[in-house]
Amino acid sequence: MALLEIKNIVVDFATRAGKARVLDHVSLSVDPGETLGIVGESGCGKSMTALSILGLVPSPPGHVTGGAVYLEDENLIAADEARMRQIRGKDISMIFQEPMTSLNPVFTVGEQIAEGLRLHENISPAKARQKAIEMIRAVGIPEPEVRSKNYPHQMSGGMRQRVMIAMALACGPRLLIADEPTTALDVTVQAQIFDLLTDLQKELNTAIILITHDMGVIAQLCDYVAVMYAGRVIETGTKKTILSEPLHPYTQGLIACVPHLEENPGEERQPLMEIEGVVPPLTDLGVGCAFAPRCWRRMPACDEQKPPMTDCGTSHSVACLAVSGEGVP
Amino acid sequence: MSDLLKVENLKVHFGGGKKLWGGNKGSVHAVDGISFSVPQGKTLGIVGESGSGKTTAALAVLRLVPITSGKISLGDDEISSLEGNELRMARRRFQIIFQDPYSSLDPRRRSGDIVREPLDLMDVGNPAERDSVVAELFVQVGLRPEQRSLFPHQFSGGQRQRISLARALATKPELIVCDEPVSALDVAIQAQILNLMRKLQDEMGLTYLFISHDLGVVQYVCDEVAVMYLGRIVEQADRRTIFSHPKHPYTQALLSAVPSAKRLDGESSNRIILKGDPPSPIDLPKGCSFAARCSYAEAKCHDEYPEFIETSQNHRVACHLIK
Repeated sequence: MALLEIKNIVVDFATRAGKARVLDHVSLSVDPGETLGIVGESGCGKSMTALSILGLVPSPPGHVTGGAVYLEDENLIAADEARMRQIRGKDISMIFQEPMTSLNPVFTVGEQIAEGLRLHENISPAKARQKAIEMIRAVGIPEPEVRSKNYPHQMSGGMRQRVMIAMALACGPRLLIADEPTTALDVTVQAQIFDLLTDLQKELNTAIILITHDMGVIAQLCDYVAVMYAGRVIETGTKKTILSEPLHPYTQGLIACVPHLEENPGEERQPLMEIEGVVPPLTDLGVGCAFAPRCWRRMPACDEQKPPMTDCGTSHSVACLAVSGEGVP
Repeated sequence: MSDLLKVENLKVHFGGGKKLWGGNKGSVHAVDGISFSVPQGKTLGIVGESGSGKTTAALAVLRLVPITSGKISLGDDEISSLEGNELRMARRRFQIIFQDPYSSLDPRRRSGDIVREPLDLMDVGNPAERDSVVAELFVQVGLRPEQRSLFPHQFSGGQRQRISLARALATKPELIVCDEPVSALDVAIQAQILNLMRKLQDEMGLTYLFISHDLGVVQYVCDEVAVMYLGRIVEQADRRTIFSHPKHPYTQALLSAVPSAKRLDGESSNRIILKGDPPSPIDLPKGCSFAARCSYAEAKCHDEYPEFIETSQNHRVACHLIK
């Protein structure tokens, strides 16, 4: 049984230009110990999906219009604020993108890790402090006793992100949401953080939802992948299917337009594939497929209906009329 | 092919001086003696992690930060000794594209005026013709001439980077320094800008000094690559050699750390994980600055800095262990 299941969630934002549908019937699920990657360009709804799981959609202007998020049997959309506060940090925790801005500058990192422990587990301040030091050690920071008394500004970016991970994992969450956890970091530090996440996942059997725009990161960490575009999931599948046999034109473009590092580059350098144009404004999506204006397989039918998700192989679904064969003249 | 840009033993140190209560303040050795040259019409990539000094090196080449010592020449002219108006007029020969297209364009000026400004300042061409020059530049970078009257906020990130490119091209420079030109852009937009940059290079014979931390992008754009670590170049070779046969342990670690969509099994067997963070650039260790994180380091590595020597044709490495 899935640990977390998102069913047809819809999130609308009221903007000056009218109603923007930020998430449009998004459905996803994660099993314990599994990593789901969500990829897409900025503004496609990756982060909003994460926020809607935690009940953190900024409101106003945002509003969850429909759908459900099940953590095992409990619908989190229907849960009240008091219950959500018990869940956040305990059952589901989140690592944010910017380790520079997501830590509180006026508390030591030890205090910040201990805060969650004090709130969720009924333990004494001294015990919480002890546990915080253990967590700092677990994420591979040298001299944890000294470091726990440091303020965030005394640490490097990589260390701060480790502190964020320690904080997120302190209460042993069943689901960890990592929103671009390494975009602000150098590649060698990124590699350290990924190893840490994989080790901790094996140890605690935590499910991870990893939000990223980097297909390389997907290749390294994820089991399953969901590709999002303009608020909808357009393709899901295992890492291998998505990366080696993507079906949706957008997914194909997303993989082909990035220069991937090769170990033995050839002399020839073909021009990179381009996806023409930009993501359309969410206030003005029309009735057809949102990707149609940029798509090279566009057909008349694409402008008339939003393509439904259709199965095309084991655990591989795609939302594209040209692929599923509907509406082909 | 002749070298357009030649940099010899360039050093940029920041800070120093006396502390308020006695004692000397340490100075940051941001760039500590680097030499390289870029042939006409080619692209040299400088890669490195944050704090390695790659941006400072780029700014120093453009004379945008004070140089501590060293010599920079563009063609036959030395630009490291120019001052005042001479330097200002020489700037038409070298231009820059910045990383963040959201903060490098004046929000209160129309995009056409932004592109026209270098023409006015450098007194390029006939004032009456400048508007049509700007219109041509807009077409060259893939914008429509009628978009000249729009303000920067009316453009997307990729389009703004196109405006930056048009502004850099306005004075018909020989050298363009690109400081992470695509890292602030969405992946799908990056390809558009990278293709455009290569197309312009082919058409106009431009020379690029390309600063980036994204090795995939560097592999795609550059002809030659220099790897920097803590203010020095540790390895330099042509594009194919450095990616297929990296010699310096740091380059090897850097390349193996990049997650690639081409490695589907995830864990590749030869991944090298570096321990710890780089040392502080204020008090650099006496020996090789990478020795503390290097798994091959010997006693000698901690004592003296290795020379930057040519180990095979067009492949230079600074490491005691590589002969």
